[in-house]
Amino acid sequence: MQFGIMSVSDITRDPVTGYTPSEAERIDAVTRIAVHAEEVGLDVFAIGEHHNPPFFSSSPTTLLAHIAALTERLILTTSTTLITTNDPVRIAEEYAMLQHLSKGRMDLMLGRGNTAPVYPWFGQDIRQGLPLALENYNLLHRLWREDVVDWEGNFRGPLQGFTSTPRPLDDVPPFVWHGSIRTPEIAEQAAYYGNGYFANNIFWPKEHYQRLIDFYRRRFEAHGHGTQKEAIVGLGGQAFIAKNSQDAHDQFRPYFNEAPVYGNGPKMEDFEEMTPLSVGSPQEVIDKTLTFRDAFGDYQRQLFLVDHAGLPLKTVLEQLDLLGGEVVPVLRKELDAKREPGTAEAPTHAARVTAKYGDEEPRQPRPNANRGDNVTGGSPYQDSEQSVAAYPSM
Amino acid sequence: MTTQNYRLVTVSAGVSDPSSTRLLADRATQRAVAILEDRGHTVTATTIDLRELLPELPQALSSQLMGPKFTRAIEALQAADGIIAAAPVYKAGASGLFSSFFQVLDNDLLIGKPVILAATAGTARHALVVDEEMRALFAYLRALPVPTGLFASTEDWTDKALGTRIDRAATELAILVESGFARKVRDDSWSRYQHTFGSAGGTELGIDLDSDMMRLATGGSLRDGRREPFDLTEG
Repeated sequence: MQFGIMSVSDITRDPVTGYTPSEAERIDAVTRIAVHAEEVGLDVFAIGEHHNPPFFSSSPTTLLAHIAALTERLILTTSTTLITTNDPVRIAEEYAMLQHLSKGRMDLMLGRGNTAPVYPWFGQDIRQGLPLALENYNLLHRLWREDVVDWEGNFRGPLQGFTSTPRPLDDVPPFVWHGSIRTPEIAEQAAYYGNGYFANNIFWPKEHYQRLIDFYRRRFEAHGHGTQKEAIVGLGGQAFIAKNSQDAHDQFRPYFNEAPVYGNGPKMEDFEEMTPLSVGSPQEVIDKTLTFRDAFGDYQRQLFLVDHAGLPLKTVLEQLDLLGGEVVPVLRKELDAKREPGTAEAPTHAARVTAKYGDEEPRQPRPNANRGDNVTGGSPYQDSEQSVAAYPSM
Repeated sequence: MTTQNYRLVTVSAGVSDPSSTRLLADRATQRAVAILEDRGHTVTATTIDLRELLPELPQALSSQLMGPKFTRAIEALQAADGIIAAAPVYKAGASGLFSSFFQVLDNDLLIGKPVILAATAGTARHALVVDEEMRALFAYLRALPVPTGLFASTEDWTDKALGTRIDRAATELAILVESGFARKVRDDSWSRYQHTFGSAGGTELGIDLDSDMMRLATGGSLRDGRREPFDLTEG
């Protein structure tokens, strides 16, 4: 079981002090938050992708590569990478590069985002959002698994003999989570490929997320990847922790009331009752988080949203101290004790290398010499199979 | 005609107590119950007083987060065979509470359901709100408003003609309820309406694995076997 935090990269005015951080301040703050996540013993840091103010994270792999250089254990991931408006070829290249630089301490979560205007900024049509997401992933999947890809689809130009570089580290593709909260097709795609399924678990009652998670588990089994219990599920959630419940409510209320998306709507207490939000003492946050397992079954990754809505850096770092110091150690123990036998381990690069190669050395692709036209042709690597017959020259 | 048990649900957006909107809704409901009983049926009538849902309205509007009272109201409407929907007219339109309530419902919750539309106002100059505004809202929801719209301004309460119109609307509702139109549409044509996963008040949970999108989700291509919607050449 992996525990971590996810950030949407919002730069929001602190409603208590009235202070709005600059982009430079917030980018530095997020880096410190990620490094501190490792310091307090968390496993995962996730950053979102947005292409408009008040967000900064237009280039997640650059940020994550920087954080990878500052950390040693932390797994870097996204929440989410836009599988709709990014060219899957660029996703394949950028995340494979991140995988090399982080020595495999990364994966990624694919989503469609919540910003309608982003589609035309990248020349896409929101009415095609779902088929774009599905088709783009079909291509991405192949780009990481086949040295040479011929491909034709509806949303980008065809590829002839294309090789995405660098090849994945150890020739083991990055693990992929498909994030969705209302689309059965996305859950089906995750199940078809045996990938992970992630529900953000933020806005709605648990029944809402249960339906698709159950569907994903059933389809994971139907597609032959293992039992329903072996399906790989990740959940979001949000918490605000203080030594006691009253302090937590007093401190968080102004941020809740003006939070983007749900601010100025529900009362915080109602939101706590109806959604996975927990505001309270470490024990209260532990108790609420344990209900997730009861609702969704044993799962592999829990990410908390802790740095949004204008919460100042100092508060976020204190939240991490409480999360890593008092909440997560208890959750690890309790969830390990409850865990049913035969459930999947959380995905790591090392485990995926072992699963692919056993005791053998992983493949390390070495390119053939440049033929002079900057195109390597049908067998780009010394050990790649010929995809186009090459006849001996005279 | 065999005896049926029908469920009528009355939605009233009146906010005063007593409320003339509630009074008009209750009269229409009472007549519809009586007519259905005269025709040999039993009726279970329930009222949703939207005023009681007011505390849950902000979260429903801002986050589509339905509180417990909203959830019960949606369940009642989902199970309803006929609906009586009544609003006060404010500033030349159905009240914000009334419009907001129906705007946050799933688009497919009320498909084919017969509805009596009713409005009250302080002046007869608002008389067309029922037919020009409320009827459009229910047309969007693919509900089936009865031909007679009910409108009562101050002077109508002393005019017997209002009672006649209530009788007319209630009779129209009873006949439509009895026809089983909504249920037949649901049985025979439900898939032709647009649904999303979990819509129709959380009841629309069927997943069609044999769709173009599902084929694309499982590594297929939109180009495989793609047909124009009106291509009649095959099957």
